[in-house]
Amino acid sequence: MSAASSHARHLAEAGRLANEIRLSVEQVSYAHSANPAQAPLFTLEATSFQARPGEIVAILGPNASGKSTLLKLISGALAPLSGRILLGGFVIHSLTPRTRAQRIAVVQQESTLLFPARAWEFVLQGRHAHGRSLRFESEDDVIIAKNALAQVGAADLSDRWMDQISGGEKQRVILARALAQQPLLLLLDEPTLHLDIAAQVGLLDALRRLAAENRYTVVVVTHELNLAAEYADQVVLMQRGRCLRVGPPASIYQRELLEQVFQTPLTVEFGSSGRPRVTVLPGT
Amino acid sequence: MHPLTLRRLLLQCLILIVILFFVVIVALKFGAVPVSLYALGRDLLRVIFGRSSQISSDYGLIILNIRLPRILLGIIVGASLSVAGTSFQALLRNPLADPYVLGVSSGASLGAILALIVEPHLTLSPLFAALLTPLGAFLGAAATIAAVYFLGRREGQIDSTTLLLGGVITGSFLSAIIMFLMSTLTGSLRGITFWLMGDLSTPLQKSLYWFLGIGFFVATGAIYTTASDLNLLLAGEKEAMHLGVDVPRVRLVVYIAASFLTGLAVSVSGAVGYVGLIVPHVMRFIFGSDHRTLLPTAAIGGAIAVVMADTLARTVVAPTEVSVGAVTAVVGAPLFIYLLRRRLT
Repeated sequence: MSAASSHARHLAEAGRLANEIRLSVEQVSYAHSANPAQAPLFTLEATSFQARPGEIVAILGPNASGKSTLLKLISGALAPLSGRILLGGFVIHSLTPRTRAQRIAVVQQESTLLFPARAWEFVLQGRHAHGRSLRFESEDDVIIAKNALAQVGAADLSDRWMDQISGGEKQRVILARALAQQPLLLLLDEPTLHLDIAAQVGLLDALRRLAAENRYTVVVVTHELNLAAEYADQVVLMQRGRCLRVGPPASIYQRELLEQVFQTPLTVEFGSSGRPRVTVLPGT
Repeated sequence: MHPLTLRRLLLQCLILIVILFFVVIVALKFGAVPVSLYALGRDLLRVIFGRSSQISSDYGLIILNIRLPRILLGIIVGASLSVAGTSFQALLRNPLADPYVLGVSSGASLGAILALIVEPHLTLSPLFAALLTPLGAFLGAAATIAAVYFLGRREGQIDSTTLLLGGVITGSFLSAIIMFLMSTLTGSLRGITFWLMGDLSTPLQKSLYWFLGIGFFVATGAIYTTASDLNLLLAGEKEAMHLGVDVPRVRLVVYIAASFLTGLAVSVSGAVGYVGLIVPHVMRFIFGSDHRTLLPTAAIGGAIAVVMADTLARTVVAPTEVSVGAVTAVVGAPLFIYLLRRRLT
């Protein structure tokens, strides 16, 4: 099958499913303990939310609120203690790693390499789950990888070494690898952590555009209040292993609620776009 | 973008095979008794055309019954150790992993010696008795790498310094046990000392060559089916899983096959060190770190390296011999230090 027809099929499918629920997190809980005989060190209480194709969901909360755990559950890396997570009707953690990688792409904070690799080699890794284990990359794979690099504005990085590019460039290449997986669901764990402001905005703008164009469902973990407010369609607000609220930023961003969750005085204003803006008040 | 193609892979392997061929010719020529290239070529052609009876008996004895089997053994041992080293480096995510450095060779030696000690007390058919040593070596290698793996794990992550130290200490502990066993041994088994240092001079039964060859291809083939998984595993187990690698399955296949290859090499040649370290590094430098290229080129490169080292071992102080393990260690240990230093800075 050619890449063009695969892309067309992708679009047709996306159109048909546009208004359906793609990701459904249903009463999911989790407990982590160092030793089964002891009380759990960390628990995630029953959490539920749903997301449609093209939607960006931000999981927001301070450190140790359980947001990364929730992301690991959605990625299938952890199995929930109770409840279930469905992606297009399938229970995620019971899929094989290969099937999962065809549908879910995960962008992690740092990607370490033991031996040097060029950016294009790195992006081609995203095609792994789509081929047989013993085979050479096809022309389609190369086209898809090139497109992925172009989509994040990193086509000129193709021949550069991964350990010789800046943090922002690296983050783009990592995102390109995720796009090369042609996923339904894109998961990002603190993608803006080591980036400067321009790179943060660039990455999130790209993400919003890609979610709209390719109809990805995007789930992003962050503690950046304003980035979540600006880019998310839905916010899942977490605190100490509990999901406090789920809803659009405008309904979640209330001063008392955020002050209590983030333990710091702040103000919330609404701009002309209707999106909230948070200012942290220092030294009061 | 220039993704790997089958054509390029075969070309790279072909170049190395040509080099291996010339190294084999050199290895056949040099030795305690000089043989002219003309005589060598004439006799090789006679073998190819099935007229080996025309070969003069002196040359025939030296070339066909002494040097050629030894070269074949060197090829199998070198290829096995290189593939094992490449696999351990990916599996443990440590570029300094090597069957010898990690103590796996010592574990295999101990297993082989235990098998040799036990064998006279069992009544076995001759074929099974011959396979008992490789089996012991395999079990020794598998147990050691499991132990080193758990020693190197801290809070669920492999710590590469702890892993290397754990391997070195495990190796010296196992060597001490071997020394203890040797002092209690008598008679023919005392010849083991030379074997322990790495030695290819002991001729084997003909059937054993077939066992070694088939064993090598089965184990290497099993590892090769995971070649592109290993590329992703280098980025970490979590990341590999998210990209679609069935990590526990790959780990199990590579772990068993690489232990088998180490056991196989050690059971016939003793502990030839550093081959599994040097060769993959050289091949990575030349051909890149894609395991689909690295595994076959390291196999051929390992064969080249050990045949060359053994030729040196036979000729440097002729008519006596150095053990081949001494030659590989003299070259390998400084390179190990260099790689270690470069990584720390």
